[in-house]
Amino acid sequence: MSGHPFLVELARLFPPDRLLTAAAQLAPYESDALTAFHSRPRAVVLPETADEVIAAVRLCHQHQVPFVARGSGTSLSGGSLPVKDGLVIGLNRLNRILRLDPQERIAVVEPGVINLNVSKAAAPYGLYYAPDPSSQPICTIGGNVAFNSGGAHCLKYGMTSNHVLGLKAVLPDGEVVPLGGESQESVGPDWHGLFVGSEGLFGVALEITLRLLPKPERYRTVLAAYHSMEAAGEAVAAVVASGLLPGAMEIMDRLAIQAAEAAVHANYPPGAAALLIVELDGEAQAVEEEFKRLMTVIDGTGAYEVRVPTTEAERQTIWKGRKSAFSAVGRISPDYIVQDGVVPRSKLGRALAEIDALSARHGIRVANVFHAGDGNLHPLILYDGREPGALERAEALASEIMALCIRLGGSITGEHGVGMEKRQYMPQLFAEADMDAMWALRCAVDTLQIANRGKMFPGGDAPALTQRGPHPLEKAGVISRE
Amino acid sequence: MTIKTLGHLQDAVRAHSRLLPRGAGTKPALSTPPPGVTALDLTGLSGLVEYDPGEFTFTALAGTPVADVQALLAEHGQYLPFDPMLAERGATLGGTVASGLSGPGRYRYGGVRDFILGVRWVDGAGQVIHGGGKVVKNAAGFDFPKLMVGSLGRLGVLVEVTFKVFPRPQAYATLRREYPRLEQALEAVYTLYRSQLDLEALDLRPDARSAGLYVRLGGLAEALPARLDRLAALLGGGDILEGGDEAALWRDVRELAWAPQDAALVKVPLTPRRIAALDAALEAGGSRRRYSGGGQVVWIAWPGPVEALHQVLAAQGLSGLMVFGDPGERGPLLGAPRSDHAFARRVRAALDAAGRWGPG
Repeated sequence: MSGHPFLVELARLFPPDRLLTAAAQLAPYESDALTAFHSRPRAVVLPETADEVIAAVRLCHQHQVPFVARGSGTSLSGGSLPVKDGLVIGLNRLNRILRLDPQERIAVVEPGVINLNVSKAAAPYGLYYAPDPSSQPICTIGGNVAFNSGGAHCLKYGMTSNHVLGLKAVLPDGEVVPLGGESQESVGPDWHGLFVGSEGLFGVALEITLRLLPKPERYRTVLAAYHSMEAAGEAVAAVVASGLLPGAMEIMDRLAIQAAEAAVHANYPPGAAALLIVELDGEAQAVEEEFKRLMTVIDGTGAYEVRVPTTEAERQTIWKGRKSAFSAVGRISPDYIVQDGVVPRSKLGRALAEIDALSARHGIRVANVFHAGDGNLHPLILYDGREPGALERAEALASEIMALCIRLGGSITGEHGVGMEKRQYMPQLFAEADMDAMWALRCAVDTLQIANRGKMFPGGDAPALTQRGPHPLEKAGVISRE
Repeated sequence: MTIKTLGHLQDAVRAHSRLLPRGAGTKPALSTPPPGVTALDLTGLSGLVEYDPGEFTFTALAGTPVADVQALLAEHGQYLPFDPMLAERGATLGGTVASGLSGPGRYRYGGVRDFILGVRWVDGAGQVIHGGGKVVKNAAGFDFPKLMVGSLGRLGVLVEVTFKVFPRPQAYATLRREYPRLEQALEAVYTLYRSQLDLEALDLRPDARSAGLYVRLGGLAEALPARLDRLAALLGGGDILEGGDEAALWRDVRELAWAPQDAALVKVPLTPRRIAALDAALEAGGSRRRYSGGGQVVWIAWPGPVEALHQVLAAQGLSGLMVFGDPGERGPLLGAPRSDHAFARRVRAALDAAGRWGPG
């Protein structure tokens, strides 16, 4: 293999310590946070400059070798899973914030910059980067751009694409294009809007211009406990009908609460069938008046206990339980699959009832944590990978949940992307003509289909599906799945 | 030709080699077909398809007047926060998306691109394609809805759109402050950028003698007096406008009512840093203008030949879109070219192999 002309030329571009070809070096790159899939690349390169990325892409094009750009490998949809015998372009070393302009409230960053580091750099100026996927201490902006990542604040603040003003990208044949700019306004089609969320199929973002926002001056949070999921769902509807626009509205069910308690002792009200967290953010005086209204609404929703944190530490404790819920599920089950589906908000109650019924029918426990404000469900399907066939049974249940989301008029992904995991559901969500149009676009931009081949579109060789347990960082509590 | 049904539209697309879709024609520079191009009147494809206030979304046919939707949303205390332009003149949803125009309210939560969720359109082969979805959060498939924003009918004919909506602020108030010089007004813009105040709109209207700054607040009525005091303290004074006068002020911005009838009206995206240099040239050209969205866009009413404005913009590396006036042979895009890159060419080739929609 080392005599292959492609590898020989790669070795001219990258020094040995940044060109990985040995089996032991490649192993960490065989999978991402969707650990059930793995696939061995031919090589991994670790460029340090945009020019090196461009050179690697051009070489792939010349030799018709598929490539996958990868940040921290936190994709939950298998988005950064390598193509077998392809090239992985690891972007973590392109981690410079090229320009931070607090006056114009923009940051120009390289793709390997970690999401949270943008906010950290902006913090001295009272600014932050709004999209907050729960892997934000480790996930990169390049990955966020490729998969249009979300977070807990999407209803009010939008997703990654709403915060990208422009980018420079290398297309799959090595051509470099500028898309968008620095203004929030534009003239002509929204090319950068199309690039964001294209799952690496249009090439690699080399420089991304982000919009920064002033940090909210005040947060007011309420935690309400209910004896039934229906009551919590109705509370969300009541908040929505009240004319308030919370920054976040989150619900956890009984099983998720148990897990959170086991993991971080959030001291949630005992005996709750559902917990609702609602948080308002913004200008102090506005938020205080809105909070009065919110409390009036919550008082009428039949919550058996309502807590209002009076200190920042108390507020953080409430959020810690919520944010840890996913990895905490590891305390009550050896393995689990995180699903990401969307239903119209008014059908949340029905969706949860049907998931309950599916759970009972399959004899598989499902914990539910969701962004109630935008109908984004995250059912956690619990199983024991040591039991033969358990993973397959869990996958079968996951697949029925996806079908449910589609049937109720929602989507197969709110924020994790299609990637490898959900490509087979695309033809259920989109008509043949829609799929054809997307495929035509894919082929026009990437005639050889070498950029992240095998993602988003069904078909092609599926890599092995195996039982591998959670991501090591997830086990360590560094990242969590939202 | 006037389109009555979707099937009719598909037939029309297949039967003509060069086409320009148009709605109510409120932006003549964008909706007047050049010689040899057939205009498709889509105002017949009108009507609401789906609206459940609890979802914060609606779906409507592209020829639906924006004002009709706004009236319905208002009954449920909701609105389109990007403040659609020219709604009172009859602008349609499809035309709003295709032109990519957002009003002064875009300052708070973003523009058309930030509120469009789904789209159906007819491509160059006469096929109906759907992209995006009908829920507020969705990451499945390529983001065709965003691509259509600003596409000027050159990537297909929009037939249906889905938007996210928000609860409408209960009350509004505006602080107006006049500054002797533009630089001082710009300094105030930066002061507000640095603050943690939640502003609905932030506009700047300079002329030869002074520069007016307009800062709009919205929200619960109980909180407004204290918020206005704080804003006025931050800016060192100003006049407070409320009620009908306040509403009329922003209506004039949205409807471009301030622009003289005989001037060309051009939209130019920019950032606050570019304002001082551009404004000197605009003043010299005798234009009226209004910086909107916190200095992210300027609306220019240019009195003379548009070629001169084109030169000004090109020299400063800015691009413009003509909305009113005769674009002539140059077409509505002025200044520095925007879309002449490989990505744009390949996307156009994929979506319009027959080249029915005209040049980018």
